[in-house]
Amino acid sequence: MEQKTPLYERHEAAKGKIVPFAGYLLPVQYPTGVIAEHMAVRERCGLFDVSHMGEVILKGPDALKNLQNLLTNDFTNMRPGRVRYSPMCNGRGGVVDDLIVYMLDEGKYLVVVNAANRHKDVQWMKEHLCGDVQLSDISDGVAQLALQGPRARDILKKVMDEGLIPEKYYTFTERAKVGGIECLVSQTGYTGEHGYELYCAPQDAGKLWDLLLGAGKDEGLIPCGLGARDTLRLEAAMPLYGHEMDDEISPLETGLSFAVKLGKEDFIGKSAILRRGEPAIERVGLQVTGRGIARGSEDVYIGERKIGRTTSGTHCPYLGEAVAMALVDKGSLPQGACCEIDVRGRRIEAKAVPLPFYKNK
Amino acid sequence: MNVQKDYFYTKSHEWVQFLSESTARVGLSDYAQSEMSDIVFVNLPQEGDLVSVGDSFADVESVKAVSDVYSPLAGEVSAVNEELLDSPQKINEDPYGAWLAEIKDISGKEELMDAAEYEKFLAESAE
Repeated sequence: MEQKTPLYERHEAAKGKIVPFAGYLLPVQYPTGVIAEHMAVRERCGLFDVSHMGEVILKGPDALKNLQNLLTNDFTNMRPGRVRYSPMCNGRGGVVDDLIVYMLDEGKYLVVVNAANRHKDVQWMKEHLCGDVQLSDISDGVAQLALQGPRARDILKKVMDEGLIPEKYYTFTERAKVGGIECLVSQTGYTGEHGYELYCAPQDAGKLWDLLLGAGKDEGLIPCGLGARDTLRLEAAMPLYGHEMDDEISPLETGLSFAVKLGKEDFIGKSAILRRGEPAIERVGLQVTGRGIARGSEDVYIGERKIGRTTSGTHCPYLGEAVAMALVDKGSLPQGACCEIDVRGRRIEAKAVPLPFYKNK
Repeated sequence: MNVQKDYFYTKSHEWVQFLSESTARVGLSDYAQSEMSDIVFVNLPQEGDLVSVGDSFADVESVKAVSDVYSPLAGEVSAVNEELLDSPQKINEDPYGAWLAEIKDISGKEELMDAAEYEKFLAESAE
């Protein structure tokens, strides 16, 4: 049985098309449609209910030591108010999940994980905790809204003290008042666009949703669903767990070496990653030049030689073209090189292009 | 949901407009386009293709998903609506004008609903 987020009634009232996703009932789109919602985020602003995301608190004198062991990134030089992205690896060097870590205080961190992996992650973390640290899964006590788009700051300014709006990407303000509602506000997101994520108590979520939509009315703010969230992240080439990475694919293979600090002391998966050596595959961007739309898990060929498979693909509304990401044999597809994607039995032409497909200026 | 009066319909939401006893056009109903929303790509059959009832003879892709279009008729494809190749969104804008293919020499058809029956079918499936 799927859970409802605290905003479920809002989505129903707005005639959102509700689908089960990662154990929750969420709108895949509103009557505006995926393209209009996608464009709103690129050009104006969109509001997403991302309350399905999982939130875990790690607290105690050994919290940092545990993050260093559980995650591939380095947190030793992090300061309170900062956010950092990291894969979490298994002992084989594959990825358990990718997540972001908020440093709330010395010895206190908020870890935000993918909804679909929440229970797996919590179990994995608990099994590998050491020393003086407590883990609590607070997901059911936290709602999360994402306000994404170039006008996001102008909208927030109307409902909160401007000085408390996080100035820089991957920073946050804890206990900010947004229209009187206590929120954690971070400059983060999953759209490749400027924007913020707001965490609040579930009982305040409806009020916050209405407040932001009201404040953003003149800025062209509209509610957006999971469909646009996926096309936006894909256009920005942001990896999605289960597509660009999974329990077998290593973070280096999928192009996340920036978040894997092999120079730090031991962490889970380090020796396996080192043993696996230089990755034999790499993540590339493909622009479909033939007629059709590539999706995920489709084989990629040069002539009769299979060089890999797509991980995600769609028609990108802002770019107006079909693109896909693929994991292919390293070096087999330099930029500009042509290949073919087997789309349900039909070969369509594509060429390798740089990632990301879209970059916010 | 809009239902065109003089057309016939399938349970998989294709419509059939008979131009004569043996020739008809096939398209997607308003319900089908609204379920798919934002159609961005159409793959059409070729003129001269022989199709049987239930064949997947075209596909329509939205941003999120691919949907097969099943032929409600057996016959020969005598024309395709090439305008849709460049402007697939016409199916969203004008579902009953945006025909996909014309089929001639119709030798068989699946059980079709008339507009009133299709309206009832939509109402029942919504329950």
